Amino acid sequence: MAGPTRGFTGSARHRRNSRLPPGQYDVGSAYPVLTAEVTPDVDLSEWKLTVDGLVAEATSWSWEEIRALPGSEFHGDIHCVTTWSKLDTSFGGVSVDTLLDAARPSAEATHVLVSSTTGYTTNLPLADLRGGQAWVVWTHEGQPLPREHGGPVRLLVPHLYFWKSAKWVSRMTLLDHDEPGFWEQNGYHDRGDPWKEQRYQGD
Amino acid sequence: MTEPRSGIPWRDATVRHVSHPVPRAVQLRLEVPDRPEHLPGQHYVVRLTAEDGYRASRSYSLASTAADPLVELFVERLDDGEVSPYLADEVRTGDHLEVRGPIGRWFTWSGETPALAVGGGTGVVPLVAMLRHSIEIGRPDLLRVAAFAGSPEELPYAGELSAAGALLGFSRDRRGLEALAGPRLSAARDRPTGRVRGEDLEALLAGGQTAYVCGSAGFAESASSLLVTLGVAPEQIRVERFGPTG
Repeated sequence: MAGPTRGFTGSARHRRNSRLPPGQYDVGSAYPVLTAEVTPDVDLSEWKLTVDGLVAEATSWSWEEIRALPGSEFHGDIHCVTTWSKLDTSFGGVSVDTLLDAARPSAEATHVLVSSTTGYTTNLPLADLRGGQAWVVWTHEGQPLPREHGGPVRLLVPHLYFWKSAKWVSRMTLLDHDEPGFWEQNGYHDRGDPWKEQRYQGD
Repeated sequence: MTEPRSGIPWRDATVRHVSHPVPRAVQLRLEVPDRPEHLPGQHYVVRLTAEDGYRASRSYSLASTAADPLVELFVERLDDGEVSPYLADEVRTGDHLEVRGPIGRWFTWSGETPALAVGGGTGVVPLVAMLRHSIEIGRPDLLRVAAFAGSPEELPYAGELSAAGALLGFSRDRRGLEALAGPRLSAARDRPTGRVRGEDLEALLAGGQTAYVCGSAGFAESASSLLVTLGVAPEQIRVERFGPTG
């Protein structure tokens, strides 16, 4: 619609990288914190991750149990809807495929509502958690995941905007319909593909 | 880039006022055609387009209320940023900016329930919208505000906050405090310089309120943790953190 903004050229540092989705900029080595709630102190002796809903066998893992599963790492880029992207970062944990394979989703399951210890929720199509695209992680660049970044354990779905990667994850409930989560009820997109700039409802 | 099909459209805003009330920041008042009403606490996205089509967009909280004929943004200039230096240094009255909003339905206050709003630095901007709203609807009694900055000269909207009875706290020095007027200034004078403390917030707790905390990640973490320590339920605390995102 509108033409160029008078006098705006963009900064070389911000526009340098062709790997960025539209409207994103490279935040460099920084890792901004954006959350809507009080940072919780998750007690790992009490914490568990549950996969339930439309599955053959609702399954829970304790902190010890989940770390005993085969490990999996992600190396790549993450994209926040507030327009920063962090390139060439890494996380370690377990593939969500491993968890779903254990619980065995029913044929009618199409979506997942993910919940956190804080009550935060986010919704995703089941397909976005399948095929080696999603992890439950507890390390970031080789170190324990800090609390403010969702530690001790968070979801990681790096091909979608980062609010889908629920911090302090505790439950994934499989559904036969889409059910808006926290930000999705507050105006954000149900899928959140950064390459399509699906930031807000209706995008 | 595809335009949104049925979502919030981009609008062509005209800059009507530009001022620099505190160092390293700019206040912009924009005329936005056909804009929907917004709630205090919501933000707008500003999008800049270069000659070659390169675009950059950032979100900024509104200081204005729905009743204001213009939309007021207050933007801190981040030296290594991309959008804020342009807004602070380049934008003139009469310029056009693409904007989209209002965005965010969580960090909002409708003015119907008791609220405590705690802001640090430019984190006070959405709180100013809440304050103005509380006055417009005749319910200033429902809202208590605490505003923190390095010094009075660095606090956005210091005069307006102080006049409305906000508690002010300064981490470094009190230079500029003598220029302010308001009912709680003696507390600001007597308070030792330093970061937000439990006793600052304790005095403002009424019970049953929703707390709104806005500021840098560090400030928001401190203030929200203090509120939990003081007995406010985490479910009653809404936090908006912002980082150096330019």
